[in-house]
Amino acid sequence: MNVTVEIERRDSRPAKPEWICPSCKDGAQLADVRGNLFVCPSCGFHARITANERVRQLADPDSFEELWASVRTLDPLRFTDLEAYPDRVREAQAKTGLAEAIITGTARIDGHECVLAVMDFGFLGGSMGSVVGEKLWRCVELAVDQSLSLVAVCSSGGARMQEGILSLMQMAKTSCAVDLLNESATPFVAILVDPCTGGVVASFATLADICVAEPGALLSFSGPRVIAETTREPLPEGFGSAERNLELGHLDAVVSRKDLKAKVGSYLRLLKGGDTPERREARRARGRGKGRLAQATTERARTLAALARRPFVGGSGQDPEPPEEAPARETPA
Amino acid sequence: MDRIQSRLKRLQHERRRRDAWLTVEIARHKDRPRTRDYIAHLIEGFEELKGDRLRADDPAIVGGLGWFGGRAVLVVGHQKGRTLDEQTAHNFGMARPEGYRKAQRLFSLAERHRLPVLTFVDTPGAYPGVAAEEGGQARAIAETMLKMARLTVPLVATVIGEGGSGGALALAVADRVLMQENATYSVISPEGCAAILWRDAAFAPEAAEALRPTASQLLELGAIEKVVEEPRGGAHHHPEAAAAKVGEAIRAALAELDGLEPDERRARRRERFRKLGVWADPAAARTVLSAIPDLRP
Repeated sequence: MNVTVEIERRDSRPAKPEWICPSCKDGAQLADVRGNLFVCPSCGFHARITANERVRQLADPDSFEELWASVRTLDPLRFTDLEAYPDRVREAQAKTGLAEAIITGTARIDGHECVLAVMDFGFLGGSMGSVVGEKLWRCVELAVDQSLSLVAVCSSGGARMQEGILSLMQMAKTSCAVDLLNESATPFVAILVDPCTGGVVASFATLADICVAEPGALLSFSGPRVIAETTREPLPEGFGSAERNLELGHLDAVVSRKDLKAKVGSYLRLLKGGDTPERREARRARGRGKGRLAQATTERARTLAALARRPFVGGSGQDPEPPEEAPARETPA
Repeated sequence: MDRIQSRLKRLQHERRRRDAWLTVEIARHKDRPRTRDYIAHLIEGFEELKGDRLRADDPAIVGGLGWFGGRAVLVVGHQKGRTLDEQTAHNFGMARPEGYRKAQRLFSLAERHRLPVLTFVDTPGAYPGVAAEEGGQARAIAETMLKMARLTVPLVATVIGEGGSGGALALAVADRVLMQENATYSVISPEGCAAILWRDAAFAPEAAEALRPTASQLLELGAIEKVVEEPRGGAHHHPEAAAAKVGEAIRAALAELDGLEPDERRARRRERFRKLGVWADPAAARTVLSAIPDLRP
């Protein structure tokens, strides 16, 4: 009898917390935090989550079909700082289990079919290099061709330094992609999550039709440290936060994680609200009349989509080493 | 033999590092000709147009209309200034959202009146200040790029000094990007890169070499179309000769672009940027590559 009491006592002691909130320092069990979408049950702090977790939360169950997972990173500059770029990529791949800083595919969100792109800050700071730019471009082409909406979850420290000027060019490339979306009236919703800075906020992310952020997310072009060092001005309270950005007119809304899915669904339905089969057909006809360039775009999107659904056959998909044969580099002469 | 080879490799590396840093220093040279100098040499009857029509005029970006080789054009460029007073007045060429919005306004004006656009890029980067950030710096840069992507008039950008990151690119989403021999154009300043990756800004020369920011390197990577020669020792030794070369290159680029239909120019500009980047796609590359028509003029 006494023994039983002992055991009960031991069990009733609060278990050691598996998760400690970085904001309020309260502890919680991992299962509870996961059940709460990685939002702190005590203070509502939105913890950073992986791209895969984001897809689980945002997409309807089993609706996400990944596309273009085989697009691989190369090292065009043979960039070495304290560590060689391919090593950094390999480490990031091992750490995150992802091939690059973005995953892309098709999904249903709140019952609404769309193209979904999700960035992962854990992969080299969510930095945008050639692969991120290319996958976003393919998302755009597919969305335009299939009359689907595009939803992008953006989290990034900016352009990827190790690909030099080519990373900078991804800002221009993704902005040109938005031109393509706008031209064909394809709805585009961007969700900015912590942290979203540099080249990503200064390109496609803030060019979306509707631009929302999660509570507490840091959003700025230059990082707070750079600003403090350059200008020696003290940063005002709440500088760069989603809430401050909303106040200043840079966002449409700040949306809690638990409401995100329903909100995005609602946005997509509204943005598509003016679309009719007749208008879609007229748009297609216009596209056909645009000559060989528009046709090449459409053709490419279809081919890419078809190929992307095929099983991947070229190696492990985890190897960032440049292949022996000439890489798929397309350079205007 | 191995020892000699490794020594040679080390020496070559050392030389590349020195060359890269030398270019960075020339690109930032205080006497280097600025946008206004090129306007003075190349543009006749320049009429400066100020203001973003929202709240302010940003002196870090200058713009206006003028005559280039007998045709009316719009010119927009970062302006750094030479003396300390000038530099302070122009905020060292670091633009605020007002500057980018002024550029957008002028681009719309050029589109409306069918005027070709010439831009000059010379900035360490967009201004990283609290007011600039809160005034929408990120979106201002993004919108400027989108605006340029949409233009149907010919668009020629010339990097004449420092092409610093997004603040520079915002004026360089062009049909043709020209770059002077001793100019640099990079995703981040060598100091910024060194501070992050080497954890010490003193490694800036190493970062400069690794980033490959010089004109000849960018030509190899396909990021620019042409390297414009400079007088011996750099453009500041003979600004007039430097300007003549730039003028010649711009004229040639415009001549190529004039032959295209407006919509074709926009579509090709989009293609130009779509193609930028290097990646491998074992699942699709070959098939897809062969499906893309050759779009070069």
